[in-house]
Amino acid sequence: MTPLKPVAPGRKAVLGIAFFVLFVAVWAAATLSGFVSRTFLADPVTMLREGWALFAQFGFAGDIAITVWRVVGGFVLAALCAVPLGIAMGAYKPIEAFFEPFVSFARYLPASAFIPLLILWAGIGEMQKLLVIFIGSFFQLVLMVAVAVGSTRRDLVEAAYTLGATSRGVVRRVLLPSASPAIAETLRLVLGWAWTYVIVAELIGASSGIGHMITDSQALLNTGQIIFGIIVIGVIGLISDFMFKWANQRLYPWSVA
Amino acid sequence: MERRLNGAAHHHKLAIEAVGRTFAGVRGGTPTVALEPVTLRVEDHDFITILGPSGCGKSTLLRIVAGLDTPTAGRVLLDGTPVVAPGADRGMVFQSYTLFPWLTVHENICFGLREKNMPQNEQQRIAAHYIARVGLGGFEHHYPKMLSGGMQQRTAIARALANDPKILLLDEPFGALDNQTRALMQELLLGIWEAEKKTVLFVTHDIEEAIFMAGRVIVMSARPGRIKAEVAVDLPHPRHYTVKTTPEFSALKARLTEEIRSEALKVAAAA
Repeated sequence: MTPLKPVAPGRKAVLGIAFFVLFVAVWAAATLSGFVSRTFLADPVTMLREGWALFAQFGFAGDIAITVWRVVGGFVLAALCAVPLGIAMGAYKPIEAFFEPFVSFARYLPASAFIPLLILWAGIGEMQKLLVIFIGSFFQLVLMVAVAVGSTRRDLVEAAYTLGATSRGVVRRVLLPSASPAIAETLRLVLGWAWTYVIVAELIGASSGIGHMITDSQALLNTGQIIFGIIVIGVIGLISDFMFKWANQRLYPWSVA
Repeated sequence: MERRLNGAAHHHKLAIEAVGRTFAGVRGGTPTVALEPVTLRVEDHDFITILGPSGCGKSTLLRIVAGLDTPTAGRVLLDGTPVVAPGADRGMVFQSYTLFPWLTVHENICFGLREKNMPQNEQQRIAAHYIARVGLGGFEHHYPKMLSGGMQQRTAIARALANDPKILLLDEPFGALDNQTRALMQELLLGIWEAEKKTVLFVTHDIEEAIFMAGRVIVMSARPGRIKAEVAVDLPHPRHYTVKTTPEFSALKARLTEEIRSEALKVAAAA
């Protein structure tokens, strides 16, 4: 192996899949051989069977749909508020000076710790779930978008001014296009984090969703269902990640190296 | 006094009047004088090169003319109007590649025209003219990252010219290019100037480039920068690259080399 030398695409895929295979093999060996008790960890076969049962008998598809809806709803709400504010902060330094200290502080407030308060304020309905996602995503998004806009190359801004651009023109035609790939990348990252918040929100005070199913299964010691739920979250996260990457490559062909 | 200034304003395309730039000291330290008061008159259709060792403030002077930096003394007049901010009347080409990466060659060239709300077909016509002028036909729809350094700078020149500025400012535009490309770019720019007779202010540290391009070479001293010598270049136009091997060219080169060398020695001694 030579440092930093790229791998051929075919070999890269084989290597990536190989670890999944190894992972499942170790898991299967540990559980099927009886080395790890079934009470604590289901084997892969049981897990798949339980997963099938979840879809066939317990309407798990509905749980998935409601969870996806909550993540997307809360995240879109957060993005709609955070992206314009982040752009304004990145472009105009007085606005940044006004908001940045508070947002920097607020982003370290753990979203999950707000759940008891949010239940008090918003009950245990959908609004509470959306608010957890919102709090978890909003402050992160604001700061990252502001940094993306603020780190626009100064020489490009100067070039625009010498071409007769106004301040508004610079924001609209230089800062925004220059920052948009980084903003899209930020959205992709924070959406991943939003997935972890939704599950926490559903573990407490929910009557539907993947997180709720996991809590139910815990009461029944059904580790197969728990693991299946976790894997489903992982797969959905992976799919949304791929979709974002694909869209970004299509939208910003000029930025891809 | 007033009458004299107005008179000057009518005679000169660009008047740099005792322009100086001092940078404030860091944390109460001694301020740095980047540019001692410099006075320079530029006439319509002049091609002036500003030659100096690195750090002599020649780029600072150009940035002040562009309106990207503010002088701490003196003022700059363009057609008699004081320069206070950057504007479309002073086109600039930077040493770094400053094409907008998200725009194609064609869109980059139209950037300033769009900002002026020029009608689409007019933009098309002007862009096509300058794309042909800098020899980028067939590359209109390429993104900057697909172009070589020389092609990017040609696009940058076309972008600045498309705006039809009163004066074209170039800050070591070929500094990052290899020697062969650099020589071709010099001929290209000179050809454009000979055809369109723009007023040009060109900053460089390359002696040969300074002579080949210029009608007048301004030699600047080491930091703090000031004008050390002004040398007229009377080589005939149109200039061909073979002019670089003529005795007249060599004599100018020898003279400017001597001027610059003494400045470079000062820099080395100060370091």
